[in-house]
This record gives sequence, C-alpha cells and structure tokens, in this order.
Amino acid sequence: MASGIQVASPADVALSVRELTVSLPEGMERAHAVVNISFDLKRGQILCIIGESGSGKSVTANAIMGLLPKAIRVSAGAIHLDGTNIVSLSPDKLRSLRGRVVSMIFQDPLSALNPVMTVGAQIEEVMAAHDVGTPASRRSRAIDLLIEVGLPDPQLMYHQYPFRLSGGQRQRVMIAMALALEPAILIADEPTTALDVTTQAQILKLIRDIQRRKGMSVMFITHDFGVVAEIADYVVVMEKGHCVEQGSAEQVLKSPGHLYTRRLIAAVPHLTGTNRAPLDAAERRPILKVECLVKTYRSGSALFRTQRIVPAVNGITFDLTLGRTLGVVGESGSGKSSLGRLLIKLMESDSGSILFEGRDLAQLSEAKFRPLRPKIQMIFQDPFASLNPRSTVGQILTVGPVAHGMRYSEACERARELLFHVGLDSGAFDRYPHEFSGGQRQRIGIARALMFKPKLLIADEAVSALDVSIQAQILKLLDQIQRETGVSMIFITHDLRVASQICDEIAVMHRGQIVERGPPSQIFLAPKSSYTRELVAAIPGEQPGSMLEHEGYVEYPKQGETL
Amino acid sequence: MSGFLLNRLSQSIVLLVIVSIIGFTVLNLMPGGPLAQFGLDPGMTQKDVERLAAQLGLNRPLWIQYLDWAWRLLQGDWGHSFRDGSSVLAVIGRHLLATLLLMGTSTAFAIAVGAWIGIRGATHRYSLFDYCATAGAMVALSVPTFWFGLIGIYIFTLKLGWVPAGNMYTIGDGSVLDYLHHLILPSLVLSLVHVAIWSRYMRTATLDALSQDFVKTARAKGVSERRILLKHVVGNALLPMITLAGMQLPSILTGALVTETVFTWPGMGRLFLDSLGYSDYPVVMGLLIFSAVLVVLGNLIADIIIATVDPRIRLG
Repeated sequence: MASGIQVASPADVALSVRELTVSLPEGMERAHAVVNISFDLKRGQILCIIGESGSGKSVTANAIMGLLPKAIRVSAGAIHLDGTNIVSLSPDKLRSLRGRVVSMIFQDPLSALNPVMTVGAQIEEVMAAHDVGTPASRRSRAIDLLIEVGLPDPQLMYHQYPFRLSGGQRQRVMIAMALALEPAILIADEPTTALDVTTQAQILKLIRDIQRRKGMSVMFITHDFGVVAEIADYVVVMEKGHCVEQGSAEQVLKSPGHLYTRRLIAAVPHLTGTNRAPLDAAERRPILKVECLVKTYRSGSALFRTQRIVPAVNGITFDLTLGRTLGVVGESGSGKSSLGRLLIKLMESDSGSILFEGRDLAQLSEAKFRPLRPKIQMIFQDPFASLNPRSTVGQILTVGPVAHGMRYSEACERARELLFHVGLDSGAFDRYPHEFSGGQRQRIGIARALMFKPKLLIADEAVSALDVSIQAQILKLLDQIQRETGVSMIFITHDLRVASQICDEIAVMHRGQIVERGPPSQIFLAPKSSYTRELVAAIPGEQPGSMLEHEGYVEYPKQGETL
Repeated sequence: MSGFLLNRLSQSIVLLVIVSIIGFTVLNLMPGGPLAQFGLDPGMTQKDVERLAAQLGLNRPLWIQYLDWAWRLLQGDWGHSFRDGSSVLAVIGRHLLATLLLMGTSTAFAIAVGAWIGIRGATHRYSLFDYCATAGAMVALSVPTFWFGLIGIYIFTLKLGWVPAGNMYTIGDGSVLDYLHHLILPSLVLSLVHVAIWSRYMRTATLDALSQDFVKTARAKGVSERRILLKHVVGNALLPMITLAGMQLPSILTGALVTETVFTWPGMGRLFLDSLGYSDYPVVMGLLIFSAVLVVLGNLIADIIIATVDPRIRLG
C-alpha cells in the first residue's frame, strides 16, 4: 500500500497526509471513517480520490479543511498543509488557513451558497474574512474573478442572488469564491456530480484550465472513473476507509493492481456502440405508440397576467416494440421525467395520444384507467424516498396487488418468490426498508413493480442514485428480467453510458422534444443531431486517447456479492 | 406585486364576509338573545321588552338584521353599544391604546428574549443552558397564564410590595413612571408564554440554518464563527419567524383576555369579555370584525416583508 508513495521533498509537496486515522463515534457501523491513509499532493498536480459511498473520501477532505464535525476526530496521523501540520492546530489558526491557503468547493452548488446574499457579497466575504483589501478593491477583485470563471455579464452577476443562476453558473461562483485569495490548494468534493453532463465537461475544463494557469494543486474527490480519466495526474483509491491503491493516473487506470480497483473500473458503464442482441421473441408488434404528446406547465395567474408557460413535453411521437427497451435520455429540464409521468397518468396530458395495446390512455378517465394500472409499472429514482419507511417489505409488495383483487395469501407467495428472484433472501419479507442498502432497496422497488406482472416498466433514473458497482448489478438484473418475462421497458436516464448498456433504442430529448432517435450504434458512433453530438462529446472518460480502457478487466461481480 | 395584492385583497374580502356571517349567526343562536337580561328585570314588562326590540330592530328576520348591519358597516357606521349608546368605534378606540401598550411591550420583550434564548440554545445544543431553556419553555407553555399572574401578584405585590396589583395608572397620578410601574408585572407575565414559543421556534430555525451547506461553505472560506452566526445563520433563521410575527400582530391589538382580567387592565380583551357578559352584540360584532381584519392584515404584511427580504420569493 505504501509502495506507491514516492519520497518527495517537502518543497514540491503542497499537501501531505501521513498515516491519518479518523475515528467515528461509538455505535456507528465501523469504528473508523478513515484508517491509516497516506498520500502526497504535489504542487501543480491534480490528485483524484476515488471511492464509492462510505469509502471515507469526504471525511478525508473535511479533515484536511479542519471541518470535521465535533463527534468525528482525527485520532492519529499528520496532515501537512504547505508545511504546517494542521492536526491539533488551534481553531483560530485553522480558520486563517481556510480560504487563504486551502479552499474547497462542494457537490451541490445550490445549497452551498447562502440564498439571501448576493453572489458578489459572498465572494467578497472570503477577502473580508482574511482582512485583505479595501471594500473597493474587493469589489473589483470579485468582478475580475467572475470574469475569470467565465460568467457572462459579471457586473450584473455581481448583484445576482444564487437562485437566479443555473447549476453550472453556481458552481462557477463557488470556484470564483475558492480562488479569491489564490490558495495553494483547492479541494473539490464531487463538484460535478450534481451537474448535467455537458455542464460537467465545462466545469472540469475550467478547473483544469485554472489549475494549469495558476499552478495550483487540486485534490479532486469523485466516484466516477470517467472523471478521473479526464483530469487526474495521480489517483488514490479508497474502500471502506482504507487506501487500497495509489499511483499515477496512467498506472492505476491502465494496470490496476488491487482487485477492488479492477472491479470499480470494470463496473464503469461505457458507451458500447454495439446494439443489444434482440430477444428471440416471435412477436414484433408495438406495445406502446405515443403520438404528438403535449404537456405544458402553467404557473401564476392568467387573470393578473403573471402567468408563466413552460412547454415540458412538446409534441412527442415514438413507439415501443414488445419486449424491447427504449432509452429516454436528456439533461435536466429536457422533459424526460414529465414524459414518464404522463405515460403512467400520474399527470394528465394536454393533447396527443398514448396508445397502449391499442387503447388510448390519454383519453381514459382515472376510473377506466385503473384496471390498466397493473400493466404499466414504475421504478423510481430514489430507493430511499420511494419506499414507505413504516411498512415492512412484505406490506409494500402486497398492498398494491391486494387492492387490485389478488388474494392475500397468493400475493405473499408471489412476493417471496420475487424477492428471491431479485436476489434478496426470504427473510427480507418481514424487514423494514431502512435495514437495506441502496442497491437492495432498488431491488425491492423492482420486485414491487413486478408484483403486477406488468407489460410495461417505466424506470425513471432507476440507477442514478447508486454506486457504479451496484449500478452494474441492477442493470444486469433488469436485463435478466426482461429476457425472462418479455416485459417492455422505458428507461429514463441522464447518463448516456448507462443507457447504452441496456437500451435497444435511444431517444434523445432536448427542450421537450425528441431530437434524435435510433439504436445505440447510431446515437454514439454516428449521431445525426448536433445536440446528440454535444452530449456524447461531453461524456467524461470517453474521448479518443482516454486512459480508461473500454474492456472490462474482470467479470461482473456475481449477483448480490457486494450487497 | 400589484397583481398579488389584488388577488389577496379579493380573497380577504370573501374571508371577512364569511367570518362576519358565521359570527353574526353564532352570536344570535345563543340562548336568550341581547334583551334576555331585561326579562329578569321586575321593572320591565314583556311589552316593554318587545317595544325595545322593535326600537332596536331586533324583531326583524336575522338575515335582514345582518344585511342592515353589514350595509351600515360598509358606510363606516359600526353601530352603537347597547350599554351606553356610544358608537362602537369610539368604544374600541378607548380600549385600543391600553392594549397596544401592554401587548406591544410584552411582544417586543418576548421576541427579543425568545430569539436570544433560541439562538443560544441551538449553538450550545444539549448544554445545561439548552436543557434549562427547554424545561423552562415547557413549564411556561403548560401552566396557565392566570396562575402566573396570581402568583406574580402574591409575590411582588402582597409580599414584596414592589408593584401595584392591577389597573393601568393610579387615579390622580398618571405620569410616565406611574404607567411603567403598572405595566411591568402584567407585561412580564404575558410575555412568559410568548418567550417560550419564540425560543422554541427560533431554536429549531437556527438548528436548521446551522445544518445548511452554506454554513460549511462559510467555514471553508475562513469566516469567523461569530460572523457565520450573525450573517449566515440568524439571517436565514429569521425568515420563518416573520410569518410567526405576522400571526402575532392581531393579538397585539385584540388583547389578552385572561391577563387583562387578572390585572384589571382596561384593554380590548376585557372589553370583549364585558361586552359578552352584557350581551352587547354591536360591540362584540365590532371586535370580531376588527380582529378578523387584523389577522388578514398581519398575514399580508408578513408575506410582503418576506418577499422584500428573501430574494427567492417574488409575489406574483
């Protein structure tokens, strides 16, 4: 483990972490958040810490910032920031380092900015906190910074409140704030995870450019090997609080030594560019035909002329063949989730038709549609919020079918069968959702949808909240279920790489319309629309010459193995 | 903004009409009616009462009485007290200042002290101070105000003799100091329960703001804890408090029934109780409409203030 560390003279090391152990309060899952990790961030380099949720990567970042919550403390080791050991430094001295020597940007740029302070005031606050400059000089510096991070109309931006900005713009403001005092080290904690793929590409480029221009050292925390391939010079791989591997980006990505690293790299979904082998079902008739579907959101009041009109779904037409999977891909605000909700009539459409097995769902009243509901089921994004925490898994699974007239005993039997089928043991039936991990909960969500023997499954970002290794397992499970039951699927996602894994056909949505539709080979290798080209080009780690190999190193972990 | 105001005003008018109809109906459904007390008066025959009813228009059908009352109200005529014949607006005016003095003082005190306790309780969570504040708030909320009033009078008036037991001023004195002397005990007693409410709300709001990501951002910027608390935490924690203050506004002017009674304070609360006792329907209805208007206004003002201080909210 320590073999990867090269002995570096202190002068060219901006940040050095030595045998750091951070202990958790008693009663937690494990005793230590981070155990005995060491690494060096050299000047002018980008170091990526990669790991799945619970790997201790964010705790490491917070320890370096001196921002650990009171209950969590550094129990051993040293952290040298620009030569100063900050472990056991007084709070005042730590405070004077933060923002001046080391700054940090966070994952969610909306909640990380104070909603009731202007952008300009928040940038100036860094300088004021360290007694740098006069109010006038801080103001001009803030404007300069807004220009530097590429925000349009910096004079106006200066007076703007964060809620007026897009996600990418907010992250640019965060970066401007972090750069205000030209710190030696920038810590970025998953700064692009909450952003759309095209915005992510821009922010990664911005961080890379600024880092090069200023010779800054960057510690970049991520769970995405695509991002690592894009920007890292040096990589530290963490698993459950341990550093399992570290080395140059090329070394770790091309010839990973540790099994965990290999498994993580293998689990990263790639653009396959090859089409999925069709199921050998005889029938090739469409199960769903959507024509000119329209949904417009209206808010405010027409009476007082304050109405705002947002066309969410704007004349969409597509069909879905029985037993196939259609991917609906788009960035946030493209209308893909609205489309999903229209299809299962969680929301009424304004016009257009939804022909399901020859019947137009759009025209049906709720009462007439109700008998059809079991045939169209949904798998939701958030496996934590979509299961009632006060019901047992058995209740969650059986309540729907029983309401639709299935005998309780029959429902129970089917529930136990399905739980086994999705890879959970039979004891799961009597347990509560909080006793399961994210991946297991998503399996419960899938079992719940399957209880009705549906003809059509709509999966709305079904794997987006999961770690990559779990993501791969769930995708495999969905694929297996489709092959066994012949269920048709609409797979809504923002992640083109995921879509390429599971879809027979992909529809790219942009501003409420489908801009391109075709098999993965067309979408990824020969996109016709310029927007699709832009999307594909923005995917991290997929550019020609990228260090990330496109073949898996090991097989998928066996189902349920890392659950 | 003007669209919002129009919208809210039209809603408010509908609301006020409904409140007045319900109030009028319920009041007149009460057994006895406004002239019941004269029925027991041996000096008045049944005929006298009937003549009085005809004079006051009380023998007409209820809905006509309501329309008549409402029509006059719209013209600014709130009616006349059954008790002494003076106009209802004049009666309310006589009691309004007394209530404003008492409630204004105690509310200002309650907001300041309650906010301070709440913020300190949140920043020193699970400290001795926090536990004491929590326990104290529970006591203040669960023990009735009149009990605190009586205990206050017992200790500070009877035993210590520091403050007078009631009334707003000493007849024949009436200096500022005299008013203050009378004001201390009732306003403190009255503020107890409000301090408790405010401190609980403020504690929750502060804890909520403290856990926000932007507080962490401020720490990462190297901002001092003191400034984080004042600028980032309290600024955001006060936002939900504005709505609460808006809901308090009506009670500042409509008074406190119990406290005003215990301390014989000549305010709106006591006026309401007395008017009910005398079946003085015009005054009771006047007070009802007055407080309903205040509730509507209080909420409207709170919404406007929030929209002014919170850039995310635009009324429209």
